[in-house]
Amino acid sequence: MTTAIPDAPKLTAKDFASDQDVRWCPGCGDYAILNQVRKVAAKLGSRREKTVFVSGIGCSSRFPYYMNTYGFHTIHGRAPALATGVKIANPELDVWVVTGDGDGLSIGGNHLMHILRRNVNVNIMLFNNRIYGLTKGQYSPTSEEGKKTKSSPMGSIDLPLSPLSLALACEASFAARAIDVDRGLAAILERAALHKGTSFVEIYQDCNIFNHKAFNYATDKQAKLENTVTLEHGKPLIFGKDRNKGIMIDANHKPQVVTIGQDGVSEADLLLHDEHDERLAFTLSRMNHPDFPEPMGVYYDIEDDCYETMLDKQVADAVKAKGPGTLEDLFNAGDIYTVEG
Amino acid sequence: MSAGSAQTQGNNPVKEVLSAVVRFAGDSGDGMQLAGTQFTETSAIVGNDIATLPDFPAEIRAPAGTVAGVSGFQINFAATDIHTPGDIVNALIAMNPAAFKAHIDDVETGGIVIVNDSEFEKVNLRKAGYPEGYNPLDDDQFNQKFKVYRIPITRLNQESLADTGMGAKDIGRCKNMFALGLIYWMYDKPLDTTIQYLENYFGKKKKLPQVAQANVTSLKAGFHFGETADIFATRYHVAKAPITPGKYRKITGNEALAIGLVTASHLAEKTLIYCSYPITPASDVLHYLAAMRNYGVKTFQAEDEIAAVCSAIGVAFAGQLGVTGTSGPGLALKAEAVGLAVMTELPMIILNVQRGGPSTGLPTKTEQSDLLQALFGRNGDCPVVVLAPKSPGDCFDTAIEAVRIAFRHMIPVMILSDGYLANGAEPWMLPDAHSFDKIPVEHPTDADTFEPYARDENLARPWAIPGTPGLEHRLGGLEKEHISGNVSYDPENHQTMTDLRHEKIQKVCEFIPAIEPHGNAAGDLLVLGWGGTYGSIITAVDNARKAGHSVSAAHLRYLNPLPQNLGELMSRFKKVLIPELNTGQLRMLVRAKYLVDAKGLNKIQGKPFLIEEIEQAIELMLDGSWGSRESLTPRAHQVTVDS
Repeated sequence: MTTAIPDAPKLTAKDFASDQDVRWCPGCGDYAILNQVRKVAAKLGSRREKTVFVSGIGCSSRFPYYMNTYGFHTIHGRAPALATGVKIANPELDVWVVTGDGDGLSIGGNHLMHILRRNVNVNIMLFNNRIYGLTKGQYSPTSEEGKKTKSSPMGSIDLPLSPLSLALACEASFAARAIDVDRGLAAILERAALHKGTSFVEIYQDCNIFNHKAFNYATDKQAKLENTVTLEHGKPLIFGKDRNKGIMIDANHKPQVVTIGQDGVSEADLLLHDEHDERLAFTLSRMNHPDFPEPMGVYYDIEDDCYETMLDKQVADAVKAKGPGTLEDLFNAGDIYTVEG
Repeated sequence: MSAGSAQTQGNNPVKEVLSAVVRFAGDSGDGMQLAGTQFTETSAIVGNDIATLPDFPAEIRAPAGTVAGVSGFQINFAATDIHTPGDIVNALIAMNPAAFKAHIDDVETGGIVIVNDSEFEKVNLRKAGYPEGYNPLDDDQFNQKFKVYRIPITRLNQESLADTGMGAKDIGRCKNMFALGLIYWMYDKPLDTTIQYLENYFGKKKKLPQVAQANVTSLKAGFHFGETADIFATRYHVAKAPITPGKYRKITGNEALAIGLVTASHLAEKTLIYCSYPITPASDVLHYLAAMRNYGVKTFQAEDEIAAVCSAIGVAFAGQLGVTGTSGPGLALKAEAVGLAVMTELPMIILNVQRGGPSTGLPTKTEQSDLLQALFGRNGDCPVVVLAPKSPGDCFDTAIEAVRIAFRHMIPVMILSDGYLANGAEPWMLPDAHSFDKIPVEHPTDADTFEPYARDENLARPWAIPGTPGLEHRLGGLEKEHISGNVSYDPENHQTMTDLRHEKIQKVCEFIPAIEPHGNAAGDLLVLGWGGTYGSIITAVDNARKAGHSVSAAHLRYLNPLPQNLGELMSRFKKVLIPELNTGQLRMLVRAKYLVDAKGLNKIQGKPFLIEEIEQAIELMLDGSWGSRESLTPRAHQVTVDS
């Protein structure tokens, strides 16, 4: 995590902008995310030289070019693997992984799975636009069933997956969901950045060319009140424009939408959010529109050891136990024998 | 076995021989690799020169008793300088009928065959695929050709451990030590190295003192059986080899790679981070390095081959020594990422311990068929430096050289080892820890002059690492603009950058030694080789020279770039022969680049060349009977123009 250097001047969001022209399509949700990330970096006192943005391939993966930090635009799906190498080599760096639904969940699914279970201390932003944008509009692993695209003219027959369910199943220590244009994004990114371990943030992002308004239900001023529910630790799950709807766990341990004041339901009956409850987090990750309001915010947040820290500890422990190995020791290990002259 | 003078010691005469080739063969669970390794260790310690060839099945435990499940270990130990594990077996130890069947053809006429007679019964004979009612030990064709000793090893071992109270299964596990003890007696070797090993490994490490004791008992029982049974006419002794005085250890190619990488990391004052996914025959490098944390080594067992190479690139980006190791199929998976390392011009090492291919191929057998993959197996014009060690010990020097080149030129370097070098062993003289030049590394810090793709006199770009204020820059797989490193789609720029990536490789040429011929600088025939075939080639060429032929050898360590004088060297010889364990990959390059009508001896049988095969090819080249054929292949160890 970032530690501000006391005598270094505090940077502004603008200081995190590189000299490169941003080349996303006008109106793309990526702009909003980029602005928020720059602001969060400034607010947290991040140092440009200690920050590294690593991405794969796709629209979202152009992100590093627009940050005036160290950056690596890698190859398709491999950002988590490369970022792991960076953290093992230098755990002091502040590493962000930028990926998308195709890059992170399709071609790079395996690496996402393993960086999460290892709990490498990086922040992953998965821009989910439910479409392949850079290759001009094919369905993605999060596209809804039946979606008609250039590569699925009769409708997609793939069942979409839930990025958050996947992350939780992969032992994520931090999982959250946010929306590109929502004000809540900055707060969630801040928490992700401060979390020790892999933080996984799914960001609903509008591709205004190939999948425009895919998330209208969650971003429209009126609709979002009915279709999303904001998670707050220790607070009941309440939503609706009149703040009179909520989520209750029924006798079958399943979530259900209820109205406060109807059928004897009171606020006290509602589900309380607990960021440390793995099963609850998973239940929340299965709540999809239109059957449920989709939860926004931090699903899950626990503390656990980080891979690169434990690896460093093994090195330190070995040095302590055996002494720091020299070349002399290295050559003389094993069964040595002398050939006399 | 070379003849020598006989002497007498005790009841049995001890015959002095210059060298001996012994092969241990048994079921893959019979502990033959351990027996072979111990025999090697002892031979090295008593001062023999050694070369070994372990040969095991890809299956951990193939069906017991079958030919598919036979595991072998061959060792050549000598009183002279040797370079190969030997063409022909002087003494075979066959622990069951399948081992006998699989290996008997490799034994010299008149050679020693010790069989575990206890196992030559109906069921095992059937499992080995012999016809019902047939026992090869009763067959005159074998008894007349070899000195066959039928020893009931299983039973004798059982009897020697009868008082231990151990179960039959555990007792059975010690029979390899009985066999080893017998062979120690037969070759007049001391037991103490193995006893010490057994006490340390089973006694101290595994905390099984009873097992240690039982193994020692079996070992001694085997030795004493040889002494007292009075069935062996002769014992043999191989004197010390004239080895340069000094401290030695036995080393395998994979060990030497691991030690070489650690050495390089210390010389460069960088942390070695080895990122790998387990794959035969490269996994041992990961195992060795994982046990070296106290040398500052970090290992990362990645989720797959692609993650392994990508994490190593991440390590390089962050300023440490990133290495990934694999074998052929894994290299194929890494191809795209190696291209990323080429595009981003980051220094890293890719180890490829070659095995038989294509596809999964022959995981535990050796081959040299990844040369073209190493050189060209990526999208785009994507050159990397490629080096190949020539012997197990040379893996050490090659690893250091690879790191030196990678850091000096900011370039990925690939090392092509192979299964034969990886598992084969030879004596290795311990280098002087103070004799190495440091590997200089510079990281820029001056923000005013920094350009990510500016270049020094070697065309290397600056290695600016995250954490350095003012040098923030972005790398990636998209084409880079010359100097600035910004993304560029400009046609002229792409030409410039492609040319630069090639010129960078050629710059390496200025630092590599000229290729020197072994033998005369000109003559009738040059035998050109690369990698693990060195030992066979050099021995065959030496033999041909002793026979009066005008033959020289030359061996390539640098496959890309090739040494500057290679074309000139070849032009001094009337003919060029290139023996390779592939269908002629170096030959294709040499013909294309130098327009030389090089001929190939090509063997793709999962095994190294026999010296004899290369000798035969040399004869055919020199007496003109080779003709215009581009290549020949040994069949059943014979190279003929009809093959």
